[in-house]
Amino acid sequence: MANTLNTAANIAAPDDFYEALIEMHRDLSDEQSRMVNAKLILLLANHIGDLTILREAMTRARQGE
Amino acid sequence: MQIDYQTLTLDYVASPDQRAASPVHHPVIIVGAGPVGLSLAIDLAQQGVAVVLLDDDNTLSVGSRAICFAKRTLEIWDRLGCGERMVETGVSWNLGKIFFQEEQVYSFNLLPESGYRRPAFINLQQYYAEGYLLDRARALGNLDIRWKNKVTGLEQRDDGVQLTIETPDGPYELLCDYLVAADGSRSPVRNLMGLESKGRVFRDRFLIADVKMKAEFPTERWFWFDPPFHRHQSVLLHRQPDNVWRIDFQLGWEADPKAEMQPERVIPRVQALLGQDVAFDLEWCSVYTFACLRMEKFRHGRVIFAGDSAHGVSPFGARGANSGVQDAENLAWKLRLVLAGQAPDALLDSYAREREYAADENILNSTRATDFITPKSEVSRTFRDAVLKLSKEHAFARQLVNSGRLSVPATLRGSSLNTPDSEPFAGLMVPGAPAADAPVRRDGAPGWFLATVGDEFTLVTFGEGAVGAVPCGGIPLRVVRVLREGDGRTHAGGETVLEDAAGLLAARYDARPGTTYLLRPDQHVCARWREFDPARVAAALARATARS
Repeated sequence: MANTLNTAANIAAPDDFYEALIEMHRDLSDEQSRMVNAKLILLLANHIGDLTILREAMTRARQGE
Repeated sequence: MQIDYQTLTLDYVASPDQRAASPVHHPVIIVGAGPVGLSLAIDLAQQGVAVVLLDDDNTLSVGSRAICFAKRTLEIWDRLGCGERMVETGVSWNLGKIFFQEEQVYSFNLLPESGYRRPAFINLQQYYAEGYLLDRARALGNLDIRWKNKVTGLEQRDDGVQLTIETPDGPYELLCDYLVAADGSRSPVRNLMGLESKGRVFRDRFLIADVKMKAEFPTERWFWFDPPFHRHQSVLLHRQPDNVWRIDFQLGWEADPKAEMQPERVIPRVQALLGQDVAFDLEWCSVYTFACLRMEKFRHGRVIFAGDSAHGVSPFGARGANSGVQDAENLAWKLRLVLAGQAPDALLDSYAREREYAADENILNSTRATDFITPKSEVSRTFRDAVLKLSKEHAFARQLVNSGRLSVPATLRGSSLNTPDSEPFAGLMVPGAPAADAPVRRDGAPGWFLATVGDEFTLVTFGEGAVGAVPCGGIPLRVVRVLREGDGRTHAGGETVLEDAAGLLAARYDARPGTTYLLRPDQHVCARWREFDPARVAAALARATARS
C-alpha cells in the first residue's frame, strides 16, 4: 500500500541481510561506523523518497527510547 | 564625482519644528534611516503621504553588512525609482563551489531564469543600497530626513503618538498619527515601550571581513565546511562591487570577539584562505553573534514595527534586509489608505498578520541553514558530514547541502485580504503570491509587466473582453489589458494595453481570454477570476482593504 511503512516481513533472505549489515562495519572504529550508518540512512531515505513513510519510520524507530 | 557612501557624513539641520510653541503634528514618523526605513519613507512620499524620517546617527551603514539583495527587493526598488542603480553597481555570481575538508565536493551554476527583468539576487554593500535609497529620498519634496534626531521618549494616546526627540540643539516634541519603528535589531523604540523580541539565540560567533583584492580573483561563491585552514568551522567567500570580497569565518562560542577583530589576527586567517601569494587590503571587519527572534505582535496600537526591530534571522539565506524591505512595501499602501480615510484602521492589522507569517517562514529557513552549517550535536554533525561526503558523487545529497537558501518572498496564502479562488487555476499566482514579472510591449516598445502595475490596485485582464466600471468605494483602480503579441492597440477609457511579448505572462498566470486578476498596490495577487464581473471585483476590493 502506498504512503504507509511496510513493517510486514519483506526481506527474502533475512540472515543474508543481517550478516551483510554487520559485515559492513567490520574493522571500522565506532566513529567510522557512525558515519557509515548515517550514509546508509541517507541513501535508503532517498530511495524511499516519500516523506510520509520516512516520518512514520522515524516515529517507530524512536518508540521505546 | 563618485560619492563614498561608506564615509559620507550627513548634516544635522535644525527643523523649524524644534522652535514651535507646541508639538507639531505629522501623519507618519519613521524611526531609522536604514534600508527598511528609507524604502518605506520613499514609498509613502511617492504615494503622496508626507513623511518625517528620524535617525539618531549621521552616517550610512559602516561596513558591508547586508550584502545580498534578492529579486523581489530589486523589483520593489524598481517601483521606488532606484532599482536600476542597484543592479548596475551590484555584482552577480552564478558559479558556487562547496568544499568539505581537503577537497571541493561539487560546484553548481545558478543560471538566471530568463523572462524576468531582475536576477535572483545581486551582491551589493549595504552602504551602496542605503546611499542610492538616500539619493532617491532626497529627490522627494514631502520627505523630511532629520539626522542626529534620537527618540528618547514616547507616549501613546488614543489619537496619536507623542515623541520626545534629542538633538544637538536640545530636545523637542512631535506628534504623529502613526509611528513606524524601523530602528534595527536593538530597537530603541521597542525598548522604550518595554517590548521584547524573543526566540532562539545561537551560541556561536562569526568574524566578517571585507578585503580588497589587488589582482583578479574569480567571481564565484565559495563555501567551506571544516577546511584545513580553519578546522571544524565554516567559511564563506563571495564578491562585492569594487573588487571587495566578503569573508565570513565561523569562530565558535569560546572566541574572544575583541581579540579576533585585531588585524594581526584577521590577516593571517584571510591569507591562509586565499593562499600566500594573493595580495589584499583589509577594509573592515566585525565579530557578530545572531539570534532568530520575533516580536509577538508587529503592531502595538499606533506604533508599528518593521524590519530587524520586529524580527531577526541568521545571516544564512539573506532574509534580514530583504524581508524588511518587503515589510516596508506591505505597510506603505495600507498607511496611505487609512490616513486618507479610504480604509479602516483594521487594514493595518493585516500588515502585522501578513508580515508575522512571513517572518516565521524566514526564521524557519534561516534556522534550517544555521543548523546545517553549525551542527549542535554529535549526531547532527555526523549526518551533516555524511551528506557532504555523499554529495561528491550523488546529486540527491547535494539537495540536502544547506549553506543558505535563496531568499524568496512569502506567498501570503492565508491572508484575510485574499479572495479564495472559485474557479480552477494552475501555477504559482495564487491569491497572496507576489506577482511574477514577464517581458511585455507597450506602444510597441519593450518593457516589463511589473513596471506597469503597483502603487494602486490594478485589474489585469487578458484578451479583448470589455471591462466595465467597478463600484470601488473611492479606492483608485487602474486597468491593464494584456493582448497577444501583435494585437496591441490603444484603448479608450484609461486602460493601459500591453502585448504579451513572449507569451510568458499568460503562461505564468495560467490565463485565457477573460481571465482577470486583481493586484494590490504592493504587486501581490489578491483575487482572480475566469471572467470579469464588476460585483465580484468590488467585493474583492472591499475585502482587500478590510472594508468587509
